[in-house]
Amino acid sequence: MPKVVLVTGVSRYLGGRMARILTEDPTIERVVGVDVVPPRLDIGGAEFVRADIRNPIIAKVINAAEVDTVVHMGVIATPMQAGGRMSMKEINVIGTMQLLAACQKAPSVRKLVVKSSTSVYGAGPKDPAMFTEDMEPKHTPTSGWSKDSVEVEGYVRGFARRRPDVAVTTLRFANFLGPRVDTPMSSYFELPVVPMLLGHDARLQFIHEDDGLEAMRQATLDSHPGTYNVAGDKILLLSQAARRAGRPTVMVPAPLAGGVGALVRRLGLADFSPEQVRFLTYGRGVDTTRMRTVFGFTPQHTTPETFDAFVKAHKLNRIMPPERLEAVEDQLVSLLTGRGVTSG
Amino acid sequence: MVDARVIPIKAKTGDDKARAKKKAAAKRPATKRIPASSARGSGGSAATAAAEQVDPEEEVAPERAPLPGAEPAPIPWDRKVADFIAFLRRRVTGDYEVDEFGYDRELTDRILSAPFRPLYSRWFRIETHGLENIPDVGGALVVANHSGTIPIDGLMTSLALLDHHPARRQLRMLGANLVFQTPIVGEFARKSGTTLACAPDAERLLNKGELVGVFPEGFKGIGKPFSERYKLQRFGRGGFVAAALKTKTPIIPCAIIGAEEIYPVIGNAKILARILGMPYFPITPMFPLLGPLGLVPLPSKWIIEFGEPIYTDDFPEGAAEDPMLVFNLTDQVRETIQQTLYKLLVRRRSVFL
Repeated sequence: MPKVVLVTGVSRYLGGRMARILTEDPTIERVVGVDVVPPRLDIGGAEFVRADIRNPIIAKVINAAEVDTVVHMGVIATPMQAGGRMSMKEINVIGTMQLLAACQKAPSVRKLVVKSSTSVYGAGPKDPAMFTEDMEPKHTPTSGWSKDSVEVEGYVRGFARRRPDVAVTTLRFANFLGPRVDTPMSSYFELPVVPMLLGHDARLQFIHEDDGLEAMRQATLDSHPGTYNVAGDKILLLSQAARRAGRPTVMVPAPLAGGVGALVRRLGLADFSPEQVRFLTYGRGVDTTRMRTVFGFTPQHTTPETFDAFVKAHKLNRIMPPERLEAVEDQLVSLLTGRGVTSG
Repeated sequence: MVDARVIPIKAKTGDDKARAKKKAAAKRPATKRIPASSARGSGGSAATAAAEQVDPEEEVAPERAPLPGAEPAPIPWDRKVADFIAFLRRRVTGDYEVDEFGYDRELTDRILSAPFRPLYSRWFRIETHGLENIPDVGGALVVANHSGTIPIDGLMTSLALLDHHPARRQLRMLGANLVFQTPIVGEFARKSGTTLACAPDAERLLNKGELVGVFPEGFKGIGKPFSERYKLQRFGRGGFVAAALKTKTPIIPCAIIGAEEIYPVIGNAKILARILGMPYFPITPMFPLLGPLGLVPLPSKWIIEFGEPIYTDDFPEGAAEDPMLVFNLTDQVRETIQQTLYKLLVRRRSVFL
């Protein structure tokens, strides 16, 4: 059982909530949160240490507190949050290297939990419908967050090899979404008009923020070494999701996608990196059998439910809420038939 | 609610022997209930309406589920309108289900298949044989010859099974990655149930009990010149056999004639194909000479025959890892299809009648 837990990336939403959840657990004595900027949200009883995981100070923190469990949530998905792509890559890759180097030298560390992403599988036309954990990507990510995630996982594997006594859990999460979390996907669906690639309809999977944090909590408290895909059940198509959000879509031909993406990014509306465009073109599905059977975790929300929770919390579907359309449908039907017909 | 009871048509005697050997009884129950929910909207209500007219005490069962081609029992028009409005509302609000492969059953049934139904019955006047070889439930792999420049044969085989098989089975096709790379084509291929031809997807579908369709010849088959019509090309690397062996599902050879004549390819503009990134650029007597008019397929007469299943559940564990066995089975399937093609060609009166 973990006694002293170090959480990286606590100044962002998910890291902060994770720290707070862990402090609420009676078996954990101490929770140390690390980030470069002070947390904006309440992190509960967790201690905050302002440290940059990119430099060796992190080793001192680990040794001084005799940390036995490290929860690495410091991988950033959006360059906007990190202040540019260069510094994002620094935080993600160099930060992970420094953190793992410190962990390797710290005999107290017994467990490492890493928040990774299904973006390590890349996205493209040669992808199988559902990726299992053992599959290699068919289109190796070459840029952005996906590439960072691949490199982070590479360092984590190296660490696991050098410290076989440490239980390492890597959770590959589908896109986080929910009432409060701010992700590239949430800002994408909040655009007044959702740009879509002409002639493509990506398959999407989401994980509800509460489910994702619960999976992280279980991985931290119990022992589940290994790599697991974590995603809500079922699939939503991009066009279907836009309809559920009541958002009009605009079709962008592939050759113009780069330009439109750059424009949206320039305006600061949403993050539209080339890898994000690729994901929105081809989509991705991951198989969660191992999560259910080996890890023993079942998300409370399916992908459509997660998306609906997001839509509801952000009040996106104000113009044409489904309830109103249903009422219109009933009226129309009774008008046409002269009597009330219950449809379906 | 009364469901339509469907009793399969009495099998041929030759078929009975094979079936007795292979515990097909389990695969093909004597009476099969089609849940109204799984049947298509109109078909489902037609079935219900038909069943309601029948005295419930009497065990009179229609030979098959009512098919759109057959005369449907009249559905009250208000019911139809209500159904359609509900359908529109679901589409507008995104309130529908898509499976993990991106297959949108409702859209395929109601919208995407619609323009091909007249093509099926009026233009190509397709005749099907051996539909009883397709199990009502459970996974099976339909392996067919590929021809016709553009994969209309896949669409027509799907329609044959969806509209004319008693269990209205949806054929889940496997397509090349070029399909999914191409805008619009890729999107609608996924929505109509096609997925990438790769071992994980094929096995996943078969394990889920889906009916999977594959054209192992690929582009070699579909793009071959007219002079080589009905000559089967190499059957890939036998990946489909390995998938069937691994999932212990039967392989059903399928021979399609007629598709070769819809666009008789007399030339291949290789340079143009390379520029456009296509595997071939067909030249037919009408295309590109007559422009868009040349895209109208010739109205050849089609016959689709589903052969007897080759069962794979008797093979030992790990048979899929035995390349010799896989090659032999691949050859057996290929030979069966080739022989059936010759047999059907002899039987066909003329190309267009």
